[in-house]
Amino acid sequence: MSEPLLEASGITKSFAGVRALRGADFAVHPGEVAALVGDNGAGKSTLVKILSGTLAPDGGEIRFEGRQVAVPNPVAARELGIETVYQDLALAPELDPAANLFLGRELVRPGLLGKLGFLDKAAMRRRTNKAFADLGIGLQDTGAMVANLSGGQRQSVAVSRAATWVSKVVFMDEPTAALGVVQSAHVRDLIRRVRDSGIAVVLISHNMPEVMELADRIEVLRLGVRVARYQAADTTMEQVIAAMTGALGDEEVA
Amino acid sequence: MSDLTEVTAADEEPAEASEPSGVRAALRRRLTETTTWTFLILLGIVAGFAALRFQQFATVFNFRNIAADASGLLIIAVGMTFVIITAGIDLSVGSVLVFSGVIAAKVMLAIGGGGWGAIAAGLVAGLVAGTAWGVVNGVLVTKARVPPLIVTLGTLGMALGSALLITGGIDVRGVPLQLTTTIGIGQLAGVPYVVIIAAAVTAVGAVTLSMTRFGRYTYAIGSNAEAARRAGINVDRHLIKVYALSGFLAGMAGMVSLARFATTTIGGHSTDNLAAIAAVVLGGTSLFGGIGTVLGTVVGVFIPAILQNGFVILGVQPFWQQVAVGAVLIIAVYIDQLKRRAQERGERR
Ligand SMILES: Nc1ncnc2c1ncn2[C@@H]1O[C@H](COP(=O)(O)OP(=O)(O)OP(=O)(O)O)[C@@H](O)[C@H]1O
Ligand SMILES: [Mg+2]
Repeated sequence: MSEPLLEASGITKSFAGVRALRGADFAVHPGEVAALVGDNGAGKSTLVKILSGTLAPDGGEIRFEGRQVAVPNPVAARELGIETVYQDLALAPELDPAANLFLGRELVRPGLLGKLGFLDKAAMRRRTNKAFADLGIGLQDTGAMVANLSGGQRQSVAVSRAATWVSKVVFMDEPTAALGVVQSAHVRDLIRRVRDSGIAVVLISHNMPEVMELADRIEVLRLGVRVARYQAADTTMEQVIAAMTGALGDEEVA
Repeated sequence: MSDLTEVTAADEEPAEASEPSGVRAALRRRLTETTTWTFLILLGIVAGFAALRFQQFATVFNFRNIAADASGLLIIAVGMTFVIITAGIDLSVGSVLVFSGVIAAKVMLAIGGGGWGAIAAGLVAGLVAGTAWGVVNGVLVTKARVPPLIVTLGTLGMALGSALLITGGIDVRGVPLQLTTTIGIGQLAGVPYVVIIAAAVTAVGAVTLSMTRFGRYTYAIGSNAEAARRAGINVDRHLIKVYALSGFLAGMAGMVSLARFATTTIGGHSTDNLAAIAAVVLGGTSLFGGIGTVLGTVVGVFIPAILQNGFVILGVQPFWQQVAVGAVLIIAVYIDQLKRRAQERGERR
């Protein structure tokens, strides 16, 4: 297997007495779907936030393309080519989908108007419509604010935002949790397309059939540490679930 | 106000206008906005007074007076619109207005001579003083993480107290006469300078809010500050800029007041903050952040102003204006709340 693109080792993080991560390890390679699974409260979202620069770790090391890096804020993560679909989606509900897709990287008009910060709303709207079409999202009213969309439509907005901007690694924290059958299939197609373009995809999901279907590798987090990792082809759903719930003997812990 | 139509045009989305369903959806959105309703209320009030006392009410002279009287409040309210859209509040504006006026007057008197040099120095000093209070507000809100209500309540007292300390509680008079005769009461083509200044501030504010990145970040932070942060927006820096803008505009309103009245009017601005907040909220801006327009604020400023004026003309006790505005304010916020609740129900579905 190639060098990991992103590798975290010994990550620790506590919240007011709760030890969310107790020396967690994680790695993802270019062009693969790595599933990060674990029970509720295992620390998956916390790890994702740390690797996205949203949360500062208490300790541990992050390596990116072989170099040790710090990811002190979301901009640093973005500059590394990391994008994230957060579990809480991190959308601005009062803004429309295009504004959310381009949040923090708004397109401005050419020339002097652009220097003054005038937005190119038409161009942003066009590119948003295209991104949504790619994901099979049909919105009747793209000017409506995100708060008025259905839960699944909102999730789709967050997914297409990450997919639009990612260049190296995309974290997807339960990207299909609120989606219907058709939309989930669209997101699964998108994940495969993104992976096939050489990007690393980190998929967090409680939907084990989905994990088994999509993942190339599976890493299992339990109580804030990685307890197992598998090549998806060489393992069964029962094995993974056993590792997640701690039913596995300690000797099998990686 | 001559800029009303311009602002409306600027507020429209040019994109996708050819798409009929998009137009219908946009129209439906517009009709359900609080701003639309308050604008209709404003039109109704104007029509009512015009019907009752056309000769006295619907005159150029009368409207000129209403606009000139409202100019200072309008300038403050534009800044307040930005602040409230970030889900903040600025209670200090009236005190900052007074403080800026005192600083400007003192500087003009210190330089002396009554020429434009002294006037310009005083105006710059006043604007800098207002901006400085705004920066103090912004830094305390973002870096010290004290809620804006408390921060600006504190600086309300500090700015007014400082103004009283500097002046010994006595209004500073004797600012250069030229300031009053030109900016204060002068007119350009029949429009008072103070109205032109307020209209320019309003137009720039409306365009900035609806068409620029600065405005977009203002909405985004009020809508979901954590999402804005995760999107790489420097939330603290932007909030400091917004509070600085509010302070700067309070300072500018102080300069307008100084020019009109040729004195610092220390005691006359204790409810400016509430008047500005009421205007902004009447205009459809949500106290929860993320929603609002400068155009709405213009409407919100003129409802009380025209009610006051009309009641005086009708010979109704003008105190009714306060009662009426209070009631309209509560109704506006009630509608906003209803919409929010409907939305939250939608989210859980
Ligand atoms: N901001 C926070 N403040 C306090 N405790 C937190 C915070 N964020 C996470 N935790 C705690 O850290 C632990 C791990 O949470 P995390 O959200 O990472 O779990 P998860 O694996 O993503 O779970 P789920 O599958 O339910 O999303 C939990 O015990 C949680 O209560
Ligand atoms: Mg989680």
